[in-house]
Amino acid sequence: MTRRPRPTGRAGAPKRTKTVRLLELAHARSGDKGDIANIGLIALKPEHYPLLVRQVTAARVARHFRGLISGKVERYELPNLRALNFLLHGALDGGGTISLKTDAQGKVLSTALLRMEVEVAR
Amino acid sequence: MADRRVRVAGGQGFWGDWLEAPVRQVTGGPVDYLMMDYLAEVTMSILQKQRARDPARGYAGDFVTLMERLLPLLVQRRFGVIANAGGVNPRACAQAVAEAARRLGLGGKVRIGLVTGDDLLGRLDDLLARGHELRNLDTGRPLRDVRDRVLAANAYLGAWPIVEALQSGADVVITGRVTDAGLTLAPLIHAFDWRAEDWDRLAAGTVAGHLIECGAQASGGNCLVDWERIPDLANVGYPIVSAEPAGSFEIVKHPGTGGRITVAGVTEQLVYEIGDPTRYLTPDCVADFTTIRLEQAGRDRVRVSGVRGRPAPDTLKVSVAYHYGYKAVGTLVYAWPDALKKAQMADRVLRTRLADLGLAFEAILTEFIGAGATHGRLAELGPLAADLPEVQLRVGVRAGELAPVERFTREIAPLILSGPPSVTGYAGGRPKPEEIVAYWPALIPKTEVRPVVEVIAA
Repeated sequence: MTRRPRPTGRAGAPKRTKTVRLLELAHARSGDKGDIANIGLIALKPEHYPLLVRQVTAARVARHFRGLISGKVERYELPNLRALNFLLHGALDGGGTISLKTDAQGKVLSTALLRMEVEVAR
Repeated sequence: MADRRVRVAGGQGFWGDWLEAPVRQVTGGPVDYLMMDYLAEVTMSILQKQRARDPARGYAGDFVTLMERLLPLLVQRRFGVIANAGGVNPRACAQAVAEAARRLGLGGKVRIGLVTGDDLLGRLDDLLARGHELRNLDTGRPLRDVRDRVLAANAYLGAWPIVEALQSGADVVITGRVTDAGLTLAPLIHAFDWRAEDWDRLAAGTVAGHLIECGAQASGGNCLVDWERIPDLANVGYPIVSAEPAGSFEIVKHPGTGGRITVAGVTEQLVYEIGDPTRYLTPDCVADFTTIRLEQAGRDRVRVSGVRGRPAPDTLKVSVAYHYGYKAVGTLVYAWPDALKKAQMADRVLRTRLADLGLAFEAILTEFIGAGATHGRLAELGPLAADLPEVQLRVGVRAGELAPVERFTREIAPLILSGPPSVTGYAGGRPKPEEIVAYWPALIPKTEVRPVVEVIAA
């Protein structure tokens, strides 16, 4: 979904960017390990990867999922695959057999992450 | 021999996967081995419950039914089968397959390898007494906290016991708890005579196993990239590792099958259910996923190379299953207009009645299916929320004792006549309480676990 353009705060001639959902730049797959969900986020094109590294930080992902997970978020980089791997702790209501959630194994947290908005050059 | 390739076909990604897939894998083109992964963490709990009710059960029964179809092909074509279908009772599973072979008139023609030694339940008190605390890897708690509720304890064995069974001439190798990746790595070690210190090759075989252990997830199934244009999923070809002696391999599928094998799809599977990508731990090696190179080598053909490995850790992972408590989930469907509001009111009524009954739950979880159950507030329904055609109310409860959960299951149906209107979707009847067998991950020194390999003639 493309949103209205927004100027960046850079000094001099302001470069204009637009806000897009990660869905336009990346794909993802997610799963579980106990009460931890993992989300692998993969750039659709190689040139998108540096943007993912810059903008989709562990802190940003933790804010994105605030209220939906109870623990920390860790991030690992796989530049060879142009992918990031996120571990979301306390994401699954105890996980596995304990969880009461429909998505007890975090299988669709992948697309929940792809809802995140990032800034791209116009 | 230098250009000899070995083809390991993935046939099942979990117990409950497509029953036709393994048959198609061995009839759709040449394969050397068929590997099948039946054991999710959740599966071991289910099998444990079955063995508790009947000591002759506790393995994946579907595997035996499948082997009745495969055995006649196996004796003609001489491909090998490797499966962790033995669950918590591999011996009973192997005996059932042997009986199936005899019924088919194939007695004496099939050798069945059996890998045991993963089961630590009988030794648990001895291990604890000798100072192995089996602390929960997630919470740090020592196992003694739940010792009296333990139902099963299994170490994750690696590839080498399976290699030993193959070297002893087994056509079918049945294991209990082994690593998913080990089921693929083992035939590669066996076929290429890899050594225990060939860390890069072992890591390559481990990555190969990780890629096909979830069945069609590597060949177009559950694949987000370009999902609408992935062809003919009805006829999806499950993935096959076509490996070279030096460790590089390709992910391919049989000609004429549906699905798709691309770098993007294979990447999705590589990052599926991993932790630190530089340390993919197995009993056989540590694989570094940041060294993997992928390239599209042709249509439906992805080449995987460059995998680097390091020495295996000196511990094994242990999966302990223990009785946790009980849970139940009840659902009702509310229709337009104001479907979500009605479902929300029903939830309030239900919760008030549960509280008035004085029922104590560890957790009550309400979800509104169709109105953001899976993505929560991220779903941003906005004005749509008022106009949804229907919403399913889904309420789950969890408790240590059965009684409150049982009582909860009787509080759903009364909402039909005594709650908000426009309600339906209750034909399934009263929900059933379910025992929760939970999973406790821990580590144990490798020296404490002795795999046992046998080969029995059918």
